[in-house]
Amino acid sequence: MTTPIATSQTILVVGGGISGMTAALEAAECGKQVILLEKSPTLGGRTSLLYRYFPKLCHPVCGLEINLRRLKGNRNVRVITMAEVTRISGTRGNYTVAAKVSPRYINENCTACGECARAVSAEIPNPYNYGLDQMKVAYLPHDMAYPLRYVLDPSAIGTEEAGKAQAACKYSAVDPGMQEEALELTVGAVIWATGWQPYDAAKIQPYGYDRFPNVITSLEFERLCDPHGPTGGRILRSSDGKEAKNIAFIQCAGSRDENHLRHCSRICCMASLKQTQYVRDVYGEDGKSTIYYIDIRAIDRFEDFYQKVRKDPTVSFIKSKVARIAQESKSGDLILHGVDTEGYHRYANTHDLVVLAVGMAPSVHGADIPAEIVADSSGFLEPGSGIFGAGCASGPLDVNRSVQHATAAALRAIQVINQNSNAEPAP
Amino acid sequence: MSELNIKYHNDFLKEVEENVEEGKWVKMCMQCGVCAGSCPLGPHWAHPPQELFMMVRAGKRAEVLGSDSMWMCTSCYNCVVRCPRKLPITQIMHGLATYSNQLGLTPKIQPTRDFSILFWKNCTRTGRVNELKLTLGLYFMDGFMAGIKKGWAMRGIGLGLVKAGRLNAFELLKGHVCKDQKGIRAMLNKAAEIEQRRKRPAV
Repeated sequence: MTTPIATSQTILVVGGGISGMTAALEAAECGKQVILLEKSPTLGGRTSLLYRYFPKLCHPVCGLEINLRRLKGNRNVRVITMAEVTRISGTRGNYTVAAKVSPRYINENCTACGECARAVSAEIPNPYNYGLDQMKVAYLPHDMAYPLRYVLDPSAIGTEEAGKAQAACKYSAVDPGMQEEALELTVGAVIWATGWQPYDAAKIQPYGYDRFPNVITSLEFERLCDPHGPTGGRILRSSDGKEAKNIAFIQCAGSRDENHLRHCSRICCMASLKQTQYVRDVYGEDGKSTIYYIDIRAIDRFEDFYQKVRKDPTVSFIKSKVARIAQESKSGDLILHGVDTEGYHRYANTHDLVVLAVGMAPSVHGADIPAEIVADSSGFLEPGSGIFGAGCASGPLDVNRSVQHATAAALRAIQVINQNSNAEPAP
Repeated sequence: MSELNIKYHNDFLKEVEENVEEGKWVKMCMQCGVCAGSCPLGPHWAHPPQELFMMVRAGKRAEVLGSDSMWMCTSCYNCVVRCPRKLPITQIMHGLATYSNQLGLTPKIQPTRDFSILFWKNCTRTGRVNELKLTLGLYFMDGFMAGIKKGWAMRGIGLGLVKAGRLNAFELLKGHVCKDQKGIRAMLNKAAEIEQRRKRPAV
């Protein structure tokens, strides 16, 4: 890998999800030099793992495609994947950033022909489907992957699998001898866009995510409904492979809870409302969705979408946080216990599948960011003077608001660079 | 005071906050229902905690203080550990029960209250619980004949305890007591004095 040129005129963007890509592109299109570091082998982040967006139910592929096209056409952005920042020192306008780049074991010669994946036989859980299925140790993360280049998993190195992949490649792209590299960059401003991760649902003990196979997270449900997902878009239960038609959605699974996440994750209500429409798409009038909620927080213009779903006869709403889930051992069906707030009726409702609308936790907790930053009690970044949070690193946001937030962060970073170039002649 | 005011006491939330242990937390309830659903005795309460809190906020003074729901709490703390807002629900339940008892608004036959009074009198008399007297007191709570019947039904266990040396019939006469009787009395008087100072006179 050639070392990128970085100066105090350069903006570093950490994280290549929708926020990081947006921030990098907005700055680059203003003529600034940008380095975009991404920890995983591909850009796109969590957005590329969604089936559809609310409220228009369009596909994320569309927005990503536009961004990737902008990226390919821009000479000011240098993208480095599999790179992780280990330390940021310095002050506003003058930062030294250390990063390590993990080996991909497949170099730039790769044409994404897929011969290596066909040659190897070892499999690992597929993180791009939240472990719902397996993938080969030589893999392309997903169809929208950028760079469009295969990856050889480290578990294959030192085994005969690496040799098989190497032998199958006609372009000598497979290189099992590739080593980890260290990077040191001088930059003027940092945009921190490391995004979010779903809250660990197993920690919500009464819901039995770790005990009951038919209790899944909302992220896993996205993959189930996606035609490119592990089930080809069919909503199948993992216990018996049957189609789930009577589905419960539990809101605030982890969010708004002093024992878990203190904050409201803001997107989960809309995500569940959206997912009831997936169920309708698959089954029509035969599907049944039930949303268990404390209160529906469909913010501002999303109220229309909420009202639309409210009118849908296949969707019912129960105002109650479910207290406990039990599993019927024979059928694998789940029984939800609780008391509703509208009348205080005790219920024990049976459902085929339970989807936990899990909350958003920062991907990198504020305390673990290797730089001097200020974070809130949930670990989200507070506004800084030279290191700027963008998107979900700064708080729970949907895609639309992440893009807005990232654009704002790009503007702040540009201000730092402009002050730098006014103070000293451009190199 | 008009009839409406008696029924729906407008300042009831404030009254609870000032007089009930941990009462200041009542306003923090967000009505999610986890406490009601988590309570092992839930199906047997007329009003689960969540509903009691809403009734307090709605000013239903007579219904809340006259309810026997809070007396059903067994202090298992399941609601407290699960409450998303960390309300000390168990403590509030006991606080409401105590306050209702102070005001004499508790339903006439309330076994939990009656047993609590029995227990309190028993253990404050000498500074130690006299288990034999407490048990007999419990048996004879519902009258002489009922007490005899219960005692007869439990005779096997009683004799077993005597044989195992866990029960001494002479406890009925005086029983073992704390050495410093004066000190115990002084401590209880002081505690009562502090409690009186802390609480405003009942409305």
